[in-house]
Amino acid sequence: MMPSNGAKPVLRFEHVHVSFEGVPALEDLSFEVGEGEARIILGAAASGKTILLKTALGLVRPDSGSVYVFGEDITRLTEHQLFDIRSKIGMLFQEGALFDSLTIEENVAYPLVNQKAIRCPVEQVEGRVKEALHFVELDQTLARFPSELSGGMRRRAAIARAVVSEPPLLLYDSPTAGLDPITAHTIIALIIKERDVSRTTTLIVTHRYQDGNLVANFRYNPDNGQLVPARENGHRPQERTKFMVLRDGKLLFEGTQAELEASRDPYISKFRRRTGG
Amino acid sequence: MTRVIVSIVLAIQDFYLLTGRAVRNVFRQPHYSDDIILQMDSIGVGSLLIVVLTGFFSGAVMTLQLARALARWGQQGQVGTAVSLTLVRELGPALTALMVAGRNSSGMASEIGSMKVTEQIDAMRALGTDPIQKLVTPRLIATCVVLPLLTVIADFVGMFGGYIVAVLLVDLNGRRYWSTAWQALEWNDLTQGLLKPFVFAFVVALVGCYYGLRASGGTQGVGRATTQAVVTASVLIFVLTFFLTRIFTSQLVSS
Repeated sequence: MMPSNGAKPVLRFEHVHVSFEGVPALEDLSFEVGEGEARIILGAAASGKTILLKTALGLVRPDSGSVYVFGEDITRLTEHQLFDIRSKIGMLFQEGALFDSLTIEENVAYPLVNQKAIRCPVEQVEGRVKEALHFVELDQTLARFPSELSGGMRRRAAIARAVVSEPPLLLYDSPTAGLDPITAHTIIALIIKERDVSRTTTLIVTHRYQDGNLVANFRYNPDNGQLVPARENGHRPQERTKFMVLRDGKLLFEGTQAELEASRDPYISKFRRRTGG
Repeated sequence: MTRVIVSIVLAIQDFYLLTGRAVRNVFRQPHYSDDIILQMDSIGVGSLLIVVLTGFFSGAVMTLQLARALARWGQQGQVGTAVSLTLVRELGPALTALMVAGRNSSGMASEIGSMKVTEQIDAMRALGTDPIQKLVTPRLIATCVVLPLLTVIADFVGMFGGYIVAVLLVDLNGRRYWSTAWQALEWNDLTQGLLKPFVFAFVVALVGCYYGLRASGGTQGVGRATTQAVVTASVLIFVLTFFLTRIFTSQLVSS
């Protein structure tokens, strides 16, 4: 199976089955994501979106099938062997999952200090933490605890923690869930900025179609720091963005935005109408 | 019925796996010494007051009861012997472990359970840390060090409580109380008095962490994990007291 755009596959699922106490969460899931690609994974609640990301990270072991990350089958690795692979992946958990006993600075520094494969010199940690927090526009929060921040700020701090080690693959689990529309837009803008500045491969799990629409059709303009339509200045719309729709743990659709919009499948069109903004 | 048995067997298997990993990590890098000291402070210093109070009043109430019972046979002078043996062998270790279980097993279950339901445990694994190494092993080491020390304190304070009651309320000779209490103790009593809290430390720490790591289903799940941790730890302490005492008494008989 070759990736559609010819790029080297960063993540590949082959006939992956995951179940919990006999209840299937992912069924015969196969797909692959090429280097530099952005993949939007849409699905209703309990469709297996979060489990998919956790399986990609090796946090959940599949019952059968293989998961290749950077060409290595992670289903055969032990927990300690997985740490090396995980240091190349940044993950934004739902609700952020910041450590609430640590300050924002300690939270963002955590991957640099604890991931052995990164080998960040101690004297560089503070600088990189400040840089990551500046990236998400949270410069003044170093000494504060997660509980002292608003929901949107916590999400941004969690993005800083995910990108601080500059991983080539980023997984975002429902980055806009539970946020107001303006904050949700800010978060998606940050994700687009990270994708365009660092050229990372990005997987975004969401139940909001408009998040995928933004990622597919807008790009970050470094001159004014704003999002601009990807069509402007001769740029073509994001061809590197592909969509997937999950339903009850099964892959219902995989293709481009145009194909998604042309789909006549009742679940997809209902989903698109209901969540499309 | 089969499902219940299967789930119990699986739970026991998970508990043994957790125990194995936590113990193996004691001999493995990295060691989170800051966390160990923090936990020793929380479990040891934090539980000192309740352990002292429980120890004092259990010694006091035992003296009241035993003085009355022994007076029937004219053996009131042996109150010190009975109090010290009961405290050092049984009540000191069991009551201290129960108090610490009530306070710390629940604390561990709720703390780790909250981290579990907010995905902080997953985040920890994603960011290169083994949660058992970081959360469970420090709590296990700290409890193993601190619980025997707390038990020694509870034993002594219990005997002191007995002494106060013996002198003030029962009108016994204080010096005789202490000399009989001291002379009654043998090496075997001290061994089992210190070995029991060491075993109970495994129960207190690992049961708390086990239920915390298994928590699911939001805040309600954390509450459930906390209750289960205290109940299971308390019951296990009683069951193990019986078996440990059985081992020590059979050793005595055979020797």
